[in-house]
Amino acid sequence: MSNASTMGDHATIGRYETFSYLPPLSRDEVMEQILYILDNGWNASLEHEHPSRSFEYYWPMWKMPFFGEQDPNVILAEIESCRRSYPDHHVRLVGYDTYAQSKGHAFLVYRAA
Amino acid sequence: MSIKTYDAGVKDYALTYWTPDYVPLDSDLLACFKVTPQADVPREEAAAAVAAESSTGTWTTVWSDLLTDLDYYKGRAYRIEDVPGDRESFYAFVAYPIDLFEEGSIVNVLTSLVGNVFGFKAVRALRLEDIRFPLHYVKTCGGPPNGIQVERDRLDKYGRPFLGATVKPKLGLSAKNYGRAVYEMLRGGLDFTKDDENVNSQPFMRWQNRFEFVMEAVRKAQEETGERKGHYLNVTAPTCEEMFKRAEFAKELGAPIIMHDFLTGGFTANTSLANWCRDNGMLLHIHRAMHAVIDRNPKHGIHFRVLAKCLRLSGGDHLHTGTVVGKLEGDRQSTLGFVDALRESFVPEDRSRGLFFDQDWGGMPGVMAVASGGIHVWHIPALVSIFGDDSVLQFGGGTQGHPWGNAAGAAANRVATEACVKARNEGVEVEKNAREILTEAARHSPELASAMETWKEIKFEFDVVDKLDAA
Repeated sequence: MSNASTMGDHATIGRYETFSYLPPLSRDEVMEQILYILDNGWNASLEHEHPSRSFEYYWPMWKMPFFGEQDPNVILAEIESCRRSYPDHHVRLVGYDTYAQSKGHAFLVYRAA
Repeated sequence: MSIKTYDAGVKDYALTYWTPDYVPLDSDLLACFKVTPQADVPREEAAAAVAAESSTGTWTTVWSDLLTDLDYYKGRAYRIEDVPGDRESFYAFVAYPIDLFEEGSIVNVLTSLVGNVFGFKAVRALRLEDIRFPLHYVKTCGGPPNGIQVERDRLDKYGRPFLGATVKPKLGLSAKNYGRAVYEMLRGGLDFTKDDENVNSQPFMRWQNRFEFVMEAVRKAQEETGERKGHYLNVTAPTCEEMFKRAEFAKELGAPIIMHDFLTGGFTANTSLANWCRDNGMLLHIHRAMHAVIDRNPKHGIHFRVLAKCLRLSGGDHLHTGTVVGKLEGDRQSTLGFVDALRESFVPEDRSRGLFFDQDWGGMPGVMAVASGGIHVWHIPALVSIFGDDSVLQFGGGTQGHPWGNAAGAAANRVATEACVKARNEGVEVEKNAREILTEAARHSPELASAMETWKEIKFEFDVVDKLDAA
């Protein structure tokens, strides 16, 4: 006899790489990730893009990377103002690792509807 | 003016090749052998014999020795050490002048260092434990075609390990059914799927047919998830011509990554393929079939850390390293040692990790460590702790054995991995808090809850055969 009735179905939905299989991060949880970026000596940065173009490599930067900024509250506030300026865009938090010449961390902090 | 005269006959190796006062040059290639001599052979003589037979020496003096400057070309045994906890063997350190080796040829280095000498009668057993490649030599090798950072940038994935799976059953699926298995795993959340190493081009599934269906699966999963995906198309083939034909077709189909078995395929084929990948913007996944034949015996053969270093020089973007926690052999400290040798730009000597020399890689890109074999969701906290972000965690059975199928299995692994990365970044000790982290993550993921129930903490706890030498 088939056990189909006890089986779940996994539906495919659009994803956004790191942490997109977890529930959206709360403000406190985002704060923890900002601290992780700063503790690694990386530079925090924000990028944003309309969902229709989110597959592309380059998203417009919000202002500049926050070089040397050590106060996580400043970065949290910038996430907020980026979100307000582009309410229909995804917003991604990035940690630039100068040693690896790449991003050490990158995940969506705001998912547009 | 030479003052040497020809004196036919057999001399002790030690007279020429045991040089305890020698200070190795920065440009010397250094090797550490574990030597188990015959009962009546003194250590110095056995060490010198190894140095001689792996460089300029032969069993008797020949007149043409006097036509060259053998003191310039000879290998020198310069140090002997006890092996902790082992009274019959010892470590012999040998320095080889760089001009003994052809530039950029791992083939040539291995032919000398692990050639005839391994069958030599004066030693009962011999194991090459480690090589220090001088930076001068490293610079003559192509190395990884792309490297870790280029791969991340191409795939647009940061801050977490990659996830993969080998398609199962490993033999016997038709190309179209095989592509189905690939599609389901990729849409569920894996970054990569992989041809099993045994899959080349057999009658049940010819390579051309497989490549087409698989790439259709990759394309569709990518479109639906919005994430970049790949499948390691195995181009390991009976001839180099055939290998390149398959690589070219993979490129034509837009594949981001192909795969090769570097030991069964051989270093010549591997280096050529790595060069092709560098020129064609193709990632190269390296499997290591046959390695355990060579590296598992603690007394004889070649340690895997040497094979790993050789692969980094020959070229590959991923290399299988074992899992430490899964079904395959692997000591944790020793694995961490050669994972560093694959990924870092400078790796200091560290006997507690089995590293006998400092190794400077200069600007050579790093290789992703691949952990694959008998692992599932309960292993993820340990895997994230051991391997960190620059790794590919591969769950074959641990994805396709999920009670709801491949997509759900893939999602379970992805959720568990992201939950562990998130906790790690928050400063949580992930291995210690494994159960809490996974249980909390499963509250939002019925796929993970089901996987956790299916594999309730199955572990593979056999003692390892090849341990680090310790008293």
